[in-house]
Amino acid sequence: MKILKSISAFSIGVLILLASILSFLGTIEANSVKTLMLVGTILWFIVTPFWMKEE
Amino acid sequence: MAENHVEELVLESNSGGEFERAPVPKSRLKGWKSFLGMYAGEHAAGTEFMIGPLFLAAGASLKDLALGLLIGNILAILTWRYLVAPIAVSSKLTLYFQLEKIAGKHLVKVYNVVNGVLFCFLAGAMITVSASAVGIPFGISFSVPENIFGLSSPAFSVIVIIVGLVMAIVAAAGYNTVSKFANIAAPWMIIVFAACGLSALTQMEVNSWETLLAEWDKGIDVVQSINGKADFGFWKIVIFSWLCNAAMHFGMADLSIMRFAKDSRAGWGPSIGMFLGHYMAWICASFMLAAQIKLTGDISANPGALAWSAVGWTGIICVIVAGWTTANPTIYRAGLAFQSLFPAKAKSYSGVILAGLIATIAGIFPALSGKLLDFVGLYGTILGPMGGVIFVNHYFAKKMGFTQDYADKNGSSFNVSVLLAWAAPVALGLYFIFSKGVFPAYAVIPCWIASSLLYILLMKLLKS
Repeated sequence: MKILKSISAFSIGVLILLASILSFLGTIEANSVKTLMLVGTILWFIVTPFWMKEE
Repeated sequence: MAENHVEELVLESNSGGEFERAPVPKSRLKGWKSFLGMYAGEHAAGTEFMIGPLFLAAGASLKDLALGLLIGNILAILTWRYLVAPIAVSSKLTLYFQLEKIAGKHLVKVYNVVNGVLFCFLAGAMITVSASAVGIPFGISFSVPENIFGLSSPAFSVIVIIVGLVMAIVAAAGYNTVSKFANIAAPWMIIVFAACGLSALTQMEVNSWETLLAEWDKGIDVVQSINGKADFGFWKIVIFSWLCNAAMHFGMADLSIMRFAKDSRAGWGPSIGMFLGHYMAWICASFMLAAQIKLTGDISANPGALAWSAVGWTGIICVIVAGWTTANPTIYRAGLAFQSLFPAKAKSYSGVILAGLIATIAGIFPALSGKLLDFVGLYGTILGPMGGVIFVNHYFAKKMGFTQDYADKNGSSFNVSVLLAWAAPVALGLYFIFSKGVFPAYAVIPCWIASSLLYILLMKLLKS
């Protein structure tokens, strides 16, 4: 359960939020951020139902 | 479906299906912190994609927006805390059961149908929002015609019809599944809103508060050079953000949620949700329009196109999910309210399908979603005053010597005093809104006060 929660947190915290902050700071290109966000979104919807259902 | 069954379902949909017709027992009460989590995702919905950009399009300055939303949201939270929570904790009843005790079961049905019609228009705006995103991969965007009942392109209207019908069928067949999906999507949606805002700032090449203000002002100049001068000042923003959920706080709809509270501190529950949805999300969504204006000069607040430009496919998915997860319960609740209009033998999903059809028709007219700032004020003006009647019944009935819970104690199924106290101020409010052009949110509090005073007067007259 902890691992699943960590993956969910990583998917939105790092792949979506941190990526967009880094893009704002000029570290990552806009197109790369869009791809990372899509990966984060897919990951979130695959993983989150497993632990949220339990809770 | 039998009428009683419909009422139970209406109650169930608003109360989580427990203790619909009895006070919540002590063993089921929750601490105030539970309400922070419960409300966290409540106010980050599809409408936020539409409302945020409308502030810029209406000519609001960024400083006014930042401060006005702060004050308005604080006032809204205080209203929940000091108006709704004390009554909810004391009576522990749903809005509908509380209202039935005061107004009688037939008048509650009238209230439900009015509520249902308003829900349909809200769902219609959600369908437009979702359709705007569905159209992007097909190269179909929508334009907002000047005429309120003007259509967009035929291709966009077809997408609205398909999206609306799918939503209506899903709401009729699988409400619970979408509801669970909405819970899963809520944290992701909030983060995507923030990412949209950051991406828009990147697109505008903002590197300081001053450059942001400059880009914002340029955006307003472009909008006003096309649409003409408009003003959405500080106090208008305060009043709007305070009263856009007036049906929930002044109108007491959230009695149904807060009745589960151990004490009145549950009234602080909406604070996190409000600042995520009605502060962060609105401002981020408005940045997306400012960025679009800078990049393309296009001033149309098309949620799908804005989100696509900001964060690509994630934005498209977010707009569809946000619109869908908001429209689904809205169509469902409106449908349950309408079900009482059908004969007992009618299929149980008839009301939901009817609500879905009305919402779809409303969604075909994009100007309606473009008037969302006005609509939510109208919604509060019509439903809010009923909360005034509940307020008077709770605090003043005994003190002023008239019967508390009049319909319940007198076996009445239609309390005419409540109807008059509700309808007369609302009719006057609607007159000022439609004939005199008053901003709808401005009418909410005067109507609420008028309803409260009128109910006291009528009940005193009835007694004498």
